[in-house]
Amino acid sequence: MKFFVSIIVTAILAFSMGYVLPWWSIAVTGFISGVFFMQSKLLSFLSAFIAVALFWGIMALFISNANNHILAHRISLLIIKKDNPYLLILLTSLIGGVTTGVSALTGRSLVLMIKKV
Amino acid sequence: MKYVLFILFLLLNTAILFVLGSRTVLPLPLGKFLSVQEGVWQNAEPANIDFNANIKLQGIQGKADVYFDERLVPHIFAEQENDAYFIQGFIHAKFRLWQMEFQTHAAAGRISEIVGDKAINFDKTQRRIGMVFAAENALAEMEKDPVSKSAIDAYTAGINSYIDRLHSSQLPIEYKLLGYEPEHWTNLKTALFTKQMTNNLAGYDRDFEFTNALKVLGEENFKILYSDLPDSLYPVIPKGTVYAAQNEPLTPPATADSLYYKRKDTIHLAEEFKPNPSNGSNNWVLAGSKTKSGKPILCNDPHLGLTLPSIWFEMQIHTPEYNSYGVSFPGIPGIVIGFNDSVAFGFTNAGRDVKDYYQIQFKDDSKKEYWFSNQWKKSNQRVELIKVKNKTTVLDTVAYTIFGPVVYDKSFKTDLSKDQAYALRWVAHDSSNILKMWLLLNRAKNYNDYLEAIGYFNVPGQNMIFASKSGDIALWQQANFPLRWKDQGLFVMPGTDSSYMWKGYIPHDQNPHSVNPVQGYLSSANQRPADSTYPYFIPGSYEVYRAITINRKLEAMFNATAEDMMSLQNNNYNVFAEEARPFLLQYVDRTQLTAKELDYLNSVASWNLSNDPLEKAPVCFNAWWDSLEVNVYHDELNMGSIPVIKPERFILLEAIEKNTAFKFIDNINTPELETLSMQVTSAWKKASAHLNTLEQDDKLTWGKYKNTTVYHLLKTNAMAFARTGLMNGGGVGIVNATQHDHGPSWRMIVELTTPTQAFGVYPGGQSGNPGSFYYDNFIDTWTAGKYYPLWVMNVNDFSDKRVKWKIHFSNN
Repeated sequence: MKFFVSIIVTAILAFSMGYVLPWWSIAVTGFISGVFFMQSKLLSFLSAFIAVALFWGIMALFISNANNHILAHRISLLIIKKDNPYLLILLTSLIGGVTTGVSALTGRSLVLMIKKV
Repeated sequence: MKYVLFILFLLLNTAILFVLGSRTVLPLPLGKFLSVQEGVWQNAEPANIDFNANIKLQGIQGKADVYFDERLVPHIFAEQENDAYFIQGFIHAKFRLWQMEFQTHAAAGRISEIVGDKAINFDKTQRRIGMVFAAENALAEMEKDPVSKSAIDAYTAGINSYIDRLHSSQLPIEYKLLGYEPEHWTNLKTALFTKQMTNNLAGYDRDFEFTNALKVLGEENFKILYSDLPDSLYPVIPKGTVYAAQNEPLTPPATADSLYYKRKDTIHLAEEFKPNPSNGSNNWVLAGSKTKSGKPILCNDPHLGLTLPSIWFEMQIHTPEYNSYGVSFPGIPGIVIGFNDSVAFGFTNAGRDVKDYYQIQFKDDSKKEYWFSNQWKKSNQRVELIKVKNKTTVLDTVAYTIFGPVVYDKSFKTDLSKDQAYALRWVAHDSSNILKMWLLLNRAKNYNDYLEAIGYFNVPGQNMIFASKSGDIALWQQANFPLRWKDQGLFVMPGTDSSYMWKGYIPHDQNPHSVNPVQGYLSSANQRPADSTYPYFIPGSYEVYRAITINRKLEAMFNATAEDMMSLQNNNYNVFAEEARPFLLQYVDRTQLTAKELDYLNSVASWNLSNDPLEKAPVCFNAWWDSLEVNVYHDELNMGSIPVIKPERFILLEAIEKNTAFKFIDNINTPELETLSMQVTSAWKKASAHLNTLEQDDKLTWGKYKNTTVYHLLKTNAMAFARTGLMNGGGVGIVNATQHDHGPSWRMIVELTTPTQAFGVYPGGQSGNPGSFYYDNFIDTWTAGKYYPLWVMNVNDFSDKRVKWKIHFSNN
């Protein structure tokens, strides 16, 4: 249950912070998520990863769908040399997820470190 | 252990943020770039986008609304004229901001700031030919005139009000790709834009190549190979027009024979970034006597590099004083090619030589003094600061002489054979207010208004075509064209002697022109403006064959309709091939050809002379002729070892029409005498080998060979934003002048009936955003040779169903 709550809260936090802050706010989000939700390191990572991977992936998918994938066709060809909108969406999702997940690990391990001391 | 783990994660975390947030490891900051809230996804425009808005802007003075039709063409309705320009600036920026800044950065030689040190030579060239100097001179003149100053001020303010409202997530994609942000627009940028167009249209020049050709050929042979008077000339101004004699014809300086014609050395200077000599256009106008409606029809298709975003932006501007429709240049206020409720106007390039080089003798490497009129004269020095992305700023000192800037000297182009320096005299450097012409044309009501308007225009020389609803048609070749003694400016001139300087300009009233001619039509297609009876020396880079097709067709045309005009603008007939093919087929020695070579030959022989996309013959014919020219000229011109330019196509064709033993046909490097037949046959064998390769690559049809491509402005760096493989015909010397990446950048047909019937299309789309449906949505229509009806909205149409969106502007 906590796992699902942490996913949802992290996603909402990432979305709200992204409104006012640059892209790296997902790292701040991940860090907060790691500190706040007392989970194992694996679950900390996974919940933060899933939260923003879903948030970025689903939002990119919605944007791209509404755009008939015009932009994603061109950008995927430009940066991954393959005309495949879904690959670009997947890449977006992974980048968001990994950044947030690792930040959660950092936050979580900080808490664990301080606790021990 | 906990410490180590934390430190490890922290490091990993930092590394990820660094890699994804900077350009140090990856070429793009992928985190920032793909962020759904900040990055490129924000540029993905929904297919059902809603452009409706109420926008409050300081600076709007009266009632002002913009209505967009389904093609995203804005129709600006403003009660105050300055509001119209303000909104035009805002709208240009809204759809084309990156392009506007990039093009004016290019004009100013500031591309290294964006792309790094690979552009330094380009930037230096722009600075050294005096682009910024020219723009500053133009701006001073524009700002002296209260009408043009208030228009530009309003336009600039409109662009900046858009930039100030722009959130970083909404920056055009190119800024996100290249990692920079827009700066404020200035009036100088508008002036820079006009100078970039001037360079494109009046910046092509062959002084160095001609100097070399003169040296290796001698004067007599040079005159044969580089004449600009073809027998088949159809001049812009109808033959038979009587010209007044030149008041005081100029004579060459007494020293010309020794100092000008008999130069001691060739010049090993390969100029870079020369404008495309094909930058040209077609325009024509039919008087009511030739049309079905009884009203004039005016047509124009400017041939420029085809780019995305397009150089053009279509729009309508409606104010209480005027109502004009057409295409504008994102970067300057007003409609540039178009029409209003009374008149229509269009342009083609004059191609006249208004750019001369003078050899400068500096006292020493400081470039502070140069020898002129028997004394050392001080130069003005302008230090150019070229900022370079991620590198230190480059300084470049440019000396300004009495002629103009010294473009080439020891510190630029080190491959000069000696310590030579060349200064540029160019009409583009003169101060002028060319914008005023458009401001006046937009509101012109009749021929006299047009005449007053074009008086403001000094460069680049244009064939300005005109028609009015009252039935007048006119064409003036207008600009400041230097008065020249015969041959002046063909070659590099001595810069030590004042007698080689320009002596003023041809009086405007003696520029070639025609008003309401008996023939009932006028046209121009970058050909020589007048025949040899025109009393002035007018060198230039002229086209011959498009004009022939156009004149033939217009001569024979009666009861013309807009559909006839569409068909003419898309005409693929190859007049040059019509004249040249019989010689090739007659002189090729078939007994020496292989079966394959004969097979290709048959496609040329059976060709209908139309450069249609599915034909093989245009590829075969072009390869043959090019190969023949190389056979004929490479020996005499020493091609490959010194910078020279091949003579125009008509030279060889008209020479062999007169005499098949044309002296250049023989290869002077062999003991035997080559005949036309030997050269034609050898050229065909070489061409066939090339054709065979093309056939194996499936590139033998004209459309595939030509591979018409509309590149993004970042060229091959952004092929994902380009449109390639467009199957269309045409080519050089053909009315449909579409080459690989160059051609009709806007096709317009205006019939001056009431109401006006107009049609147009350009190979692009109104939006500069590669993430928008409106980025390239006109291209297929353009490729198919089709048109859109141009809707001139009027005040009763605000609720017309063609209005798709509306932006209401107010200041509170």
